[in-house]
Amino acid sequence: MNKYLERLYNGIIKENPTFVLMLGMCPTLAVTTGAMNGLGMGLSTTVVLILSNLLISAFRKVIPNGVRMPAYIVIVASLVTVVEFVMKAYTPSLAAQLGVYIPLIVVNCIILGRAESYASKNPVLPSVFDGLGMGLGFTFGLTCIGIIREILGAGQLFGYQVLSLDWFTPITIFVMAPGAFLVLAVLVAIMNIVREKMEAKGKPLASPSGCLTGDCASCGQSSLCTGRKDTAKTE
Amino acid sequence: MKTLLLIAIGSAIVNNVVLSQFLGICPFLGVSKKTETAAGMGGAVIFVITIASFVTSLIYKFILTPTDTQYLQTIVFILVIAALVQFVEMFLKKSIPSLYQSLGVYLPLITTNCAVLGVALTNVTKEYDILTGVVNGFATAVGFFIAITIMAGVREKIEYNDIPKPFQGTAIVLITACLMSIAFMGFSGMI
Repeated sequence: MNKYLERLYNGIIKENPTFVLMLGMCPTLAVTTGAMNGLGMGLSTTVVLILSNLLISAFRKVIPNGVRMPAYIVIVASLVTVVEFVMKAYTPSLAAQLGVYIPLIVVNCIILGRAESYASKNPVLPSVFDGLGMGLGFTFGLTCIGIIREILGAGQLFGYQVLSLDWFTPITIFVMAPGAFLVLAVLVAIMNIVREKMEAKGKPLASPSGCLTGDCASCGQSSLCTGRKDTAKTE
Repeated sequence: MKTLLLIAIGSAIVNNVVLSQFLGICPFLGVSKKTETAAGMGGAVIFVITIASFVTSLIYKFILTPTDTQYLQTIVFILVIAALVQFVEMFLKKSIPSLYQSLGVYLPLITTNCAVLGVALTNVTKEYDILTGVVNGFATAVGFFIAITIMAGVREKIEYNDIPKPFQGTAIVLITACLMSIAFMGFSGMI
């Protein structure tokens, strides 16, 4: 398999940000009330991720090591601003639905995580494919969770009524805040089982590096993250 | 005064920042194993968000609006917040060592907490003036404090429970968060 396809496979399946690495949980919980929102959020994150990987990789020899985090943040924040304006212009209803979560892509762990752990060390083209793979993996994850919540919570799929309300009573709680936690909890539990099965087979999955696990040592964002344990030294 | 109070209650309880807006999930799940740690984190968040919403409101009103550069808000806010946290940490260390002792370790953890940026952006979107922005920031942070402290209390209790194996760890914490979120939905008729 050539290395570009390998990057795509890595992002979508092997190190899927939502299911395997468990990164970017704030948007995962917040915007997945429907499949369309999940897809929109995923794709906008993908665009930012590809462009930020591209720029950071291109400038990796210019940016001094000491100020790399502020530099990355400026790059990512500029891209997010551009994406936000494009969305407001061309998909105003989606932009209104996602609201404050679009600018908050800036603090999504996946983006700075990939910048720090991949784009800052690799040439431009592989970095772009890494961003594309990770972004599509994230989109896939968000859309799946969105589909589950939308079907259970409203009997709809991408806004179309697929389960007839004659016999199906929507479980409204799934499209509300608690449903997000519940679906994610079940997902984490299922992934725990899968993880165990794969380990028994001798093909262990990549361990989750996100905030959910509390395992911060392996997180790409460790130099500026919010919930780091090794700095807190209290637990 | 009445509007301020309504905004405060709304941000702290009804639209709780963690349980209904999903901001600050990372520290909420990561630093909620012990009540004292959780309270410390909550205190630091109150401190930083209140100052950050004040400073970002000032910058928005007196720098970005007059120069017609509101579109730079995301970039400016995130940099200001990152710098601000560093300053607050240095200032506390030098001037109020006792407060630094209790909050200091948590301060660097808050730099890119999405709740801080989220509050700053919400203040701008809802066109709050400076005072309202600060009240909204403070109340949001109090909501975070309430949520993380309750979560830590519950986690201390369920630690020795007999939980099915796949649900141990993060999954049961998310289930707890789900139940807390349902409980907080009970406030939604208040305003």
